[in-house]
Amino acid sequence: MNNFEPKIVGFCCNWCSYRGADLAGTARMKCSPNVRIIRVMCSGRVEPIFVVKAFELGADGVLILGCHPGDCHYVEGNYKTMRRMPLLKKMLGQLGIEDERVRLDWVSASEGDRFVSVVDDMTAKVKALGPFKKNSKEAKHG
Amino acid sequence: MVKPKIGVYICHCGSNIAGTVDVPQVVEFAKGLPAVAVAREYKFMCSDPGQSMIKDDIKNLKLNRVVVASCSPLLHEPTFRRAVQEAGINPYLFEMANIREHCSWTTEDHGEATEKAKALVSAAVKRVYHHQPLETREVPVNPNTLIVGGGIAGIQAALEIADAGHKVYLVEKDPSIGGHMIQFDKTFPTLDCSACILTPKMTSVGSHPNIELMTYSKVEEIAGFIGNFKAKIQKKARFVDESKCNGCGVCMEKCPWKADSEFDLGLSQRKAIYTPFAQAVPNVPVIDKESCAYFLKGKCRACEKFCEREAIDFEQQDKTVEIDVGNIIIATGYDPFDPTPIAKYGYGKLPNVVTGLEFERICNSVGPTGGKIVLKDGSEPKSIAIIHCVGSRDENYHEYCSRVCCMYALKYSHLIKEKTKADVYQMYIDMRCFGKGYEEFYKRLSKEGVTFIRGKPAEVTDRAINDEEKGKLIVVGEDSLLGTIVRVPVDMVILCIALEARADAKNVAQLFSISQGADGFFIERHPKLDPVATMTEGVFIAGCCQGPKDIPDTVAQASAAATRVLALINKGKVELEAAVAVIDEEKCSGCRICNLLCPYNAISFIEEDEVSRINEALCKGCGTCVAACPSAAITHKHFTTEEIMAEIEGVLV
Repeated sequence: MNNFEPKIVGFCCNWCSYRGADLAGTARMKCSPNVRIIRVMCSGRVEPIFVVKAFELGADGVLILGCHPGDCHYVEGNYKTMRRMPLLKKMLGQLGIEDERVRLDWVSASEGDRFVSVVDDMTAKVKALGPFKKNSKEAKHG
Repeated sequence: MVKPKIGVYICHCGSNIAGTVDVPQVVEFAKGLPAVAVAREYKFMCSDPGQSMIKDDIKNLKLNRVVVASCSPLLHEPTFRRAVQEAGINPYLFEMANIREHCSWTTEDHGEATEKAKALVSAAVKRVYHHQPLETREVPVNPNTLIVGGGIAGIQAALEIADAGHKVYLVEKDPSIGGHMIQFDKTFPTLDCSACILTPKMTSVGSHPNIELMTYSKVEEIAGFIGNFKAKIQKKARFVDESKCNGCGVCMEKCPWKADSEFDLGLSQRKAIYTPFAQAVPNVPVIDKESCAYFLKGKCRACEKFCEREAIDFEQQDKTVEIDVGNIIIATGYDPFDPTPIAKYGYGKLPNVVTGLEFERICNSVGPTGGKIVLKDGSEPKSIAIIHCVGSRDENYHEYCSRVCCMYALKYSHLIKEKTKADVYQMYIDMRCFGKGYEEFYKRLSKEGVTFIRGKPAEVTDRAINDEEKGKLIVVGEDSLLGTIVRVPVDMVILCIALEARADAKNVAQLFSISQGADGFFIERHPKLDPVATMTEGVFIAGCCQGPKDIPDTVAQASAAATRVLALINKGKVELEAAVAVIDEEKCSGCRICNLLCPYNAISFIEEDEVSRINEALCKGCGTCVAACPSAAITHKHFTTEEIMAEIEGVLV
């Protein structure tokens, strides 16, 4: 299991977290290459089905990053994302997806270092969980 | 739909990408992806030859989709969108893969970087396959501008725009414009009198036909978008009718009630009806309810009795006015750092420890001491220590350098030498004299008999250990050049306090949808190439609200912001992002969930059709409603569910 390199889909909002990720690069900070970023305008755009789909297509984890609460470029999109999370987590649990495989967090445009630590931490946690194996229930309904 | 034919272009970015990512391998990989007609690499895709390569392929190979894998789309997406458009493809049939910031620069291992680059390219190719041509919308730009903050930045920007013939609303929270600059005595390195160079600009603002000055006011609410903002401004009651008052000052003379002067930082007193300083613009006093006897006890009204023009109006109420503007410049300035928490320097406890800003007032000929540099007991100091970097370059407070303190510390040395016979000690970490004429000023001062001691003092104390120190303030520290502990007995200590973000900067950021850095200052769109724009179109920043800076830099930035606004006014129209949400009315069940989610009230329910509809002009394209629609009736253009699903599939190769 030591050589296991998880595939993690990362959703970043255009205004804060995507820029935070850019800043990590510009500052040449090193981070695990496992998180692959998909840009959305706001974390509020992330539909629960995107997360389920990611697991169906072979992801071992999903990371959703938005602006810090109160700092949303669209006023309160990140609060909508936050509100959706408990329901999504409940549904994922029913599909046999462990809680730690999905994480919602906040990274501002000036927090390159925070982006790196969230990505590294998420990667380490998913690594410890091992590869995600689709169970029959999910395969049927996915 | 015409069958997609995709061209993929992988940039080396010199060695920025190619030094880590095996570009030829990624090109080979891209060639094998579905619908890819051609995949190429080039040293700099953003260069003219790079762009020509793409344009030629579009023409010769009849490409109808393009992917460029290079830097962040926030940098070059507009460049390549323009390039494909010039070759005849709709700019939205383009996608960028960020293999520099998100890959080559953050990944150590070359193999891992190459694999990640492949995943990102595959995601972009799969996504662009589903892209649809989109049309941008053009809206007119209202030529009026809102400027928030009446310090030197706001004044400069207001005059530039107003002189060009356009209307400016200048909103200032205090009773007068002038900001911090009007509190200063002299300005470094030229030693111009600060008020002398600022007041002509202030009076120009006050009398300019194109400037509507709103002092004692604040912005309450902002709605709309670039070219078309609606602002609500709250004007606090002055209790003096601006249209009647002629600024004669009799009211202030006759008012028997006093309070600490904010302008003099509590070092002097002002009346309950007051203008903050003699050259205030507008020269119309305000009544401070907190110190006015009429408001506190129900009687007095002396000001009213003596005002010949009957301008005093105790019944005046706060009022809110609504204005329409096309652009906004935020110039809200900074707060001076409060050194009280740094207990070792004794500020607030030892009477002759003062801040730099307080010293500006003490030095000023119309300040609390009439310009005499004196101690609290009225005597002239024989020696003064100036401590640099108080709250700046200090991990406990602010890590950054405040940029102006070295220079104003030197200025103080000169002023002290000019006005007194005192010995001056500069206790510094590094002398940072970077601007035009600054190093020369430093050289000049070192010849004026100032003692420079390198090392940040450990404490300021009044505990004497010998007769020489008795009754003095002793600055204890290390002279790091000599490697010895020094104790310098002085009569006065000036703390060069940091410039910090305004206490309410967070509220301002939220109000205008702009971002703050970790230190609280507002973030510009690009730290080098776009220093006055923000992430919100039509909202610009200038002066110290963006970061500590001196007056010349502030003026330059304010002029730059004004120029950006003038360019937009001159163009008269602006293109809006096409990536907005639309509702398929056939699918809409009329549940109205989306109505409540939209932060911009862009979605309304149409009673007669029993469906919701989006006002495209108000939609900012966040996509929150799309994710929430239970009928999947809303499409987020350019971020469709199909496109994002394809991208998910792509990154998981």
